[in-house]
Amino acid sequence: MDKRYFVYLMVLLLLLIGAIIGAANIGPVHLSWSSLFNFDPEDIDHRIWMNIRLPRILLAVIIGVALSISGTVMQGLFRNPLADPGLLGISSGAGFAVAVALVIPMALPHFLTLWLPVIAAFVGSLLVTILIFQLSNLTKGNLSSLLLIGIAINALGGAAVGILSWVSNDQQLRQLSLWGMGSLGQTEWPLIFITLILIIPTVIIIQFYAQRLNLLQLGEEDAHYLGLNVHKTQKQLLILSALLVGTAVSVSGIIGFLGLVIPNAMRLIFGNNHKILLPASALSGALLLLVADTLARIMVQPAEMPVGLLTSLLGGPWFFWLILKEQWRRRA
Amino acid sequence: MIKHTLHGKNIHLVKNNHKILFDVSITLTQGELITLIGPNGAGKSSLFKVLTGYYPSTQGECFLKGKPLHLWRKKDLAKERAVMKQQSIIPFSLSALDIIKLGRSPWEEPMNKNILDHVIEITQCVPLVHKDYAFLSGGEQQRIQLARALIQLWREEGPSGWLFLDEPTSALDLYHQQQMLRLLRSLVKKYSLSVCMVLHDLNLASLWSDQIYLLNKGSIVASGSVTDVITEEILIKWYGADLKIIKHQEYEKPYVMLCP
Repeated sequence: MDKRYFVYLMVLLLLLIGAIIGAANIGPVHLSWSSLFNFDPEDIDHRIWMNIRLPRILLAVIIGVALSISGTVMQGLFRNPLADPGLLGISSGAGFAVAVALVIPMALPHFLTLWLPVIAAFVGSLLVTILIFQLSNLTKGNLSSLLLIGIAINALGGAAVGILSWVSNDQQLRQLSLWGMGSLGQTEWPLIFITLILIIPTVIIIQFYAQRLNLLQLGEEDAHYLGLNVHKTQKQLLILSALLVGTAVSVSGIIGFLGLVIPNAMRLIFGNNHKILLPASALSGALLLLVADTLARIMVQPAEMPVGLLTSLLGGPWFFWLILKEQWRRRA
Repeated sequence: MIKHTLHGKNIHLVKNNHKILFDVSITLTQGELITLIGPNGAGKSSLFKVLTGYYPSTQGECFLKGKPLHLWRKKDLAKERAVMKQQSIIPFSLSALDIIKLGRSPWEEPMNKNILDHVIEITQCVPLVHKDYAFLSGGEQQRIQLARALIQLWREEGPSGWLFLDEPTSALDLYHQQQMLRLLRSLVKKYSLSVCMVLHDLNLASLWSDQIYLLNKGSIVASGSVTDVITEEILIKWYGADLKIIKHQEYEKPYVMLCP
């Protein structure tokens, strides 16, 4: 592997550590580092650390990793630089399932109520991913039909969530709309643990699929001739990426475009070898979401902007540029 | 040297209720260069996909070294047979060298640099390796794909196994057609390699093949040595084209000429 890329990765890692330290220092209340380790329930600073700032930073980093890795995997899987969980409607599918889980009354044991949104989101994202993948094979991976399918699913998902909010009671509606805006304000530790338990192993497992993702770029037939069990690999990757999207959506709502912007930017810098592209995407996804979330926290103080708005603001123009680039490439 | 075979026995293939192949039997022996010819839609590419294990046959069976193809582990099979398709489109930009190196992925042990350099040299890919694959011409891409397929089969002592090429010369200029076929010929003679290709250019088939199989509507209608198959009677019958065959004086190979 190119030594230069290794240096770039280290730079990204240092930037991320810097951003974590920076984000920890930024906020309405200035917190001293010493109070972080002062485990005294009376210390208000320590409580802010533990209950607000630390979980938030952790969540931004881990959701950033999940969304960018899922984008990288989907692009590799669909062999298409425009594949993104948001654009293809996979996040919508997860969102719809979470909305159903929130609104439809179900009597469940307590520990399950905590897991319910995550499980629902996983099932929702998996179903949409499989649907889209089948349709993609049917349309021979045609780019525009793929995006049109995404638009249709997004519209359906939006309408369905709309209907659910209409039938929901006041408390459910509040829950639904807070979650729907896409924010990282969710700071309950049990939920954060669930997120970590699901995302970290999945991301590590995906790293072991790097070479298989490289082989898939040759096309199904050539990958098969090189000894890859193509359909098994595709299925496993679909499940892994749906798990990432589902977990991210259930915790933080729909944060758009990260899965599109990050992998494509990293492709420009690191090339398209997944062995290096995956860790690069993970680091820079964490970095970008953390910076965006910190900006969202401080830009309109004392209120707070939904971070999903910021990432979309950034991702929209990039998406536009990508489409133009694809058109030029096809013409050339 | 033991010469192993890949043997397709009474292969039938049905796809979407269409009979694509009907009772085809074919033997590919190491040390031979075998060519499939036939009119458009004869089932050449489908036969390829059955022989390489991509399509399971509806009836009949392929045996590689005596063992049914579907019983081979995918990785082990990939060390025995490599395939070069007509065209491979790669969506993301990768260097030609990256593509060639992917050919080594069935092998656990690290790539032998000497083998890599040697294969790149004999396939005349040296000036291409650092270029972006997507920006190479069709012919250049074919040379890269040949290097990728060869490196997949290369062992310490040389390439071994079955190499399938679907119209490998379709985008090549005269010089590179000759170079590629001469290379394949010499590899087949020197090592325990069997080459099986689909060719549309019957004169290339005539000059370089050991065996020719003529396919029509999913059946083998003629097979044997070059002089057995490349005859006016057979070609006119199955291609329906108006043609003459002349004997090349120096090389004693039949030469197909279309009548103007």
